[in-house]
Amino acid sequence: MSSQESRTGDARLDALAEALEQHFNAQGYSLVLAPLEVTLVLPPESLLETARTLRDHPDFRFEQLIDLCGVDYSTYGQSEWETAQAPNTGFSRAVKRESPLPTQEPRFASVYHLLSLTHNRRLRLKVFLDSQAPMVDSVISIWSAANWFEREAFDLFGILYRGHPDLRRILTDYGFIGHPFRKDFPLSGQVEMHYDPQQRRVVYRPVQIEPRVLVPRVIRSPQSSSDPSENADA
Amino acid sequence: MPEIRNYTLNFGPQHPAAHGVLRLVLEMDGEVVERADPHVGLLHRGTEKLAETKPFNQSIGYMDRLDYVSMMCNEHGYVRAIEKLLGIEPPIRAQYIRTLFDEITRILNHMLWLGSHALDLGAMTLFLYCFREREDLMDCYEAVSGARMHAAYYRPGGVYRDLPDQMPRYREEATKWHSAEEIARKNEARQGSLLDFIEDFTQRFPSYIDEYETLLTDNRIWKQRTVGIGVVSPERALQLGFTGPMLRGSGIAWDLRKKQPYAAYDRVDFDIPVGQNGDCYDRYLVRIEELRQSNRIIKQCVEWLRANPGPVMIQDYKIAPPPRRTMKTDMEALIHHFKLFSEGYCPPPGEVYAAVEAPKGEFGVYLISDGANKPYRLKVRAPGFAHLAAMDEMARGHMLADVVAIIGTMDIVFGEIDR
Repeated sequence: MSSQESRTGDARLDALAEALEQHFNAQGYSLVLAPLEVTLVLPPESLLETARTLRDHPDFRFEQLIDLCGVDYSTYGQSEWETAQAPNTGFSRAVKRESPLPTQEPRFASVYHLLSLTHNRRLRLKVFLDSQAPMVDSVISIWSAANWFEREAFDLFGILYRGHPDLRRILTDYGFIGHPFRKDFPLSGQVEMHYDPQQRRVVYRPVQIEPRVLVPRVIRSPQSSSDPSENADA
Repeated sequence: MPEIRNYTLNFGPQHPAAHGVLRLVLEMDGEVVERADPHVGLLHRGTEKLAETKPFNQSIGYMDRLDYVSMMCNEHGYVRAIEKLLGIEPPIRAQYIRTLFDEITRILNHMLWLGSHALDLGAMTLFLYCFREREDLMDCYEAVSGARMHAAYYRPGGVYRDLPDQMPRYREEATKWHSAEEIARKNEARQGSLLDFIEDFTQRFPSYIDEYETLLTDNRIWKQRTVGIGVVSPERALQLGFTGPMLRGSGIAWDLRKKQPYAAYDRVDFDIPVGQNGDCYDRYLVRIEELRQSNRIIKQCVEWLRANPGPVMIQDYKIAPPPRRTMKTDMEALIHHFKLFSEGYCPPPGEVYAAVEAPKGEFGVYLISDGANKPYRLKVRAPGFAHLAAMDEMARGHMLADVVAIIGTMDIVFGEIDR
């Protein structure tokens, strides 16, 4: 906001954006700028090479991998509540989806947050992955910190990291089935634990909680009753 | 000759020195650790998934329960992310209150760390001393938020309410357990406002730190247990994603409060302690010095807050609730209140990452919004997660007893690691 041409509101990040544009202008790369945020979207094939440049090149020097996480984009921008179709008997609590999930491709993303101590700035890398085989190279050879973060993203989203030495589940139980942070995994889970007095041990059984939405609405805009996307054909 | 073979030792998940529910599978060669494999996730509650189903403000309470010994710092990370997304800036008084309570939280956290770390390594007394001081600070928490631990005090746009003018006191009459003199003594510092109480604490606190140092810093046993244990070189500390005292203990002067200032940290004076050897003893010294620096920051905040009254919340009723009094009399305020607490607000689509220097290291919140009243994805970057991931590297070649020292020095809390 200091200068008129500033794209991120911060001179250091503007310089970073410029350097990124110079180095990575090939097909598949794109730079997303927002106030105080720089995101580089890149194709999964070139992740390792790009990451190495970002760590070692004097223009970047991203010594630290601060965070790595998966994202499931399959319900991005979806509404659970359609006021246009309200009956006069009142509103239902939430919309029931007919199909389990609208498929949005690419469905997954692996997001890396980098920090450069030398230049004191941050960068977000984003790799989009398709839903069939979400697989990307492990950056563990570049930043050792990736080890557990990649295990976590694998556990929660099922993203496979090629070349990871020990890709086990980390947060969920031993023998857990499914990837709980995917959008098609119910919040209440699939199984619950209880103590079985006959067997005298703790066993699993299908979950008996009714999925219940306490705050049902996903509202798109403050003027949700006149949501343009909903009323476009009305 | 009996055959010598490696043992696999199961440490935890119910072990006092595991600092919560850590299951550590250790491969031992005699008493030397060959490989350490921490199994985490026993406290996984799916905070990030839960947050996806609730309006933004309703997840603040979950943040307290992540790192449950530095509650307000977690809230700070989360509300900063929301504020960045909404493009709002809290009033300056709220910034100072946040700075004040971040530092109170830092002392709370370091006191718990110091007490339990010392207890693990055989110094019983310190544990009791540390908890004595924590009581006073938790009373400050209670005075502003009503809760001793899980405060939910920081809100997007400021803090929930201004500091109280009257510090709560103990009931005057004597009971079976507390004599009248004892109660009067306890109430002595509570005669004035909260700020008076905090100031009184800052006067007393440096001498307490001296007490702890008398017990530990030159203590032969303490040094034998910590010097040269769990050494991390600066290069490895960077590689392993260390932040906070773990990074500074290895000699890298990096602190978000200085380097990427937030709240009122650019307006207060303080120093960043840095270690030299990167061992448990250096990290101990760094944290002790941080206690002194926090005390210094608190003093400055108290002084500023005394002199500068003002609003503690932004006046935008789409984001912050209207005052109670207005709500009772004004129709529009009532509607705002209802809409805010039932639906919340809709930030513009986008993604942000906001980080604060929590007592344990960089606590970051990555928030993706698709324009709805709930986060599309929330990722909490917990400092302890990266630290515990380095357990294998740090513990390898050390004795079993040193594993306890290494767990202690990492300042592990499972609420944030498992989320």
